[in-house]
Amino acid sequence: MIKVENLTKRYAGQPAIQDLNFEVGRGEIMGFLGPNGAGKTTTMRILASFMPPTSGRATVAGFDIFEQSLQARAHLGYMPENVPLYNDMRVTEYLDYRAALKGVPHRRVAERVGDVRELCGLKEVEKKLIGTLSKGYRQRVGLADALLHEPDLLILDEPTIGLDPNQIRQVRQLIKSLGEQHTILLSTHILPEVEMTCSRVIIIHKGRIEACDTPENLLGKIRQAGGVVLEAKVAADDGAEELKKVSGVRDVTVDVDGDWKIFSLRVESGADVREEIFRLATDRRWTVRELTQRRATLEDVFVELTHPDVV
Amino acid sequence: MRKFYTLLSREVRSYFYSPIAYIVLIFFLLISGVDFYFQVSFMNQRQVQYSVQEAFFNSIFFWFAFVLIFPLITMRLFAEEFKLGTIEPLMTAPVRDWQVVLSKFFGALVFYLILWIPTICYFVIFQIITGHLAANSAAAYWGSYLMLLMLGMFYLSIGCLASVLTKNQIVAAIISFCAITLLFFLGLVQFILLDVSSATRDLLGYFSAIEHMATFSRGVIDTRPIVLYVSMTIVLLTLTYQAFQTRKWRL
Repeated sequence: MIKVENLTKRYAGQPAIQDLNFEVGRGEIMGFLGPNGAGKTTTMRILASFMPPTSGRATVAGFDIFEQSLQARAHLGYMPENVPLYNDMRVTEYLDYRAALKGVPHRRVAERVGDVRELCGLKEVEKKLIGTLSKGYRQRVGLADALLHEPDLLILDEPTIGLDPNQIRQVRQLIKSLGEQHTILLSTHILPEVEMTCSRVIIIHKGRIEACDTPENLLGKIRQAGGVVLEAKVAADDGAEELKKVSGVRDVTVDVDGDWKIFSLRVESGADVREEIFRLATDRRWTVRELTQRRATLEDVFVELTHPDVV
Repeated sequence: MRKFYTLLSREVRSYFYSPIAYIVLIFFLLISGVDFYFQVSFMNQRQVQYSVQEAFFNSIFFWFAFVLIFPLITMRLFAEEFKLGTIEPLMTAPVRDWQVVLSKFFGALVFYLILWIPTICYFVIFQIITGHLAANSAAAYWGSYLMLLMLGMFYLSIGCLASVLTKNQIVAAIISFCAITLLFFLGLVQFILLDVSSATRDLLGYFSAIEHMATFSRGVIDTRPIVLYVSMTIVLLTLTYQAFQTRKWRL
């Protein structure tokens, strides 16, 4: 559905994105992750034909975004960041206008506008001026607009930014249900959102792709960023030395909480050392109150890839 | 064509969403009404050689209002879209750049023509009340309204170009106001500089909006100004189109 080859964009000589290569298949929900200024919006704007790349090519639904921009635009629904809208139009009026602009056949305009209004929960504000709407409703108008012409592909730039937790949940639900019929590329820096909705993730940092995989595989790759936590009453001063000897353990740090010692173990990728540790603890007659494997989250992946020095 | 019509109808309607349209309408009606009233009072008190319609289109009030309305009509065209960011949803919809540029120009032109409709009533009312003809011939009406259309197209295209160059409406208004006023004064130079050669004065006369209006409002339809204004409009709209396209590379 999207094919990107060596895409580069420079602003005044300063590269915003460099040599991006990726593909998004039909029916996928692709998450686009990265810190602020990583190049997410730039990439999406290029894909939506809002601006041309400095070099490289990209196709959307088989149409080159530069050579066949009009066809490409007809096949995608784009919701820009912060959803700019005409504040002096009314919701239904705006959607009617956008439907005509996007080439929805005349006799289907009313039907389509009705459908997206229903889908995005805009029924109760249909006659309101867009300028008077809350952030959440504006976001929904933007999403409704993107859906009007039944595009194969949706590009959503930060669809949940600025929403309250309930609205975020609603939008996420909506995106998930849309994913059944549409291919979706969405950018965000809210990580749980990606874990919950996306089938694949691209992590972009300083204009380069750092990783592109399913959320599960990404987590698998950095198991070491998680690790094992052991809280135990250890008689002697040591404990750390013995734990280090367990095979698979790379590093141990110790915190003290009253009588208890909290060992944080960094372990090698894929290794499960809990059984060994249990045996060690029973041998030494340590009283254990917690032994857990901390699962890495996408947040760890994200931090590791975009801020290696913090890990 | 449907997309162009959709864009055009939004452009025209958008004038009436904002208070600017009503302010311009009121301002314009007020000044043109005062203009008409003064011309009629003036003619009531003495013998003159021209008709009330001619006097109306050649008075200082007319020109004062005339050069002021263009920046007000055109300043928001592109600048507002750039400022609000609505250019992004607009240009990521399947529309062509020229459709957007032309719809904005013609939208402004339609609004400009709406401004002039009430002035037709002045002459009708004048004829009903006084029983005299307001103009010497039908051609005088055609001529003056045709010249209004020509000048309007030209000055509006200047405004379009000014608006596409900036995202600040005030800047757009100032650029177009300066350009239009300068062009207008260019036509006055022939009356001021008496020491320049007659050829220079004749040349400047070709650009004089005042001269053109004087000729056309008498009912003399000269093709030279028509060619001038239509071609200048095309040139300016082409420049607007080019400037609009460069936004992609400026971003």
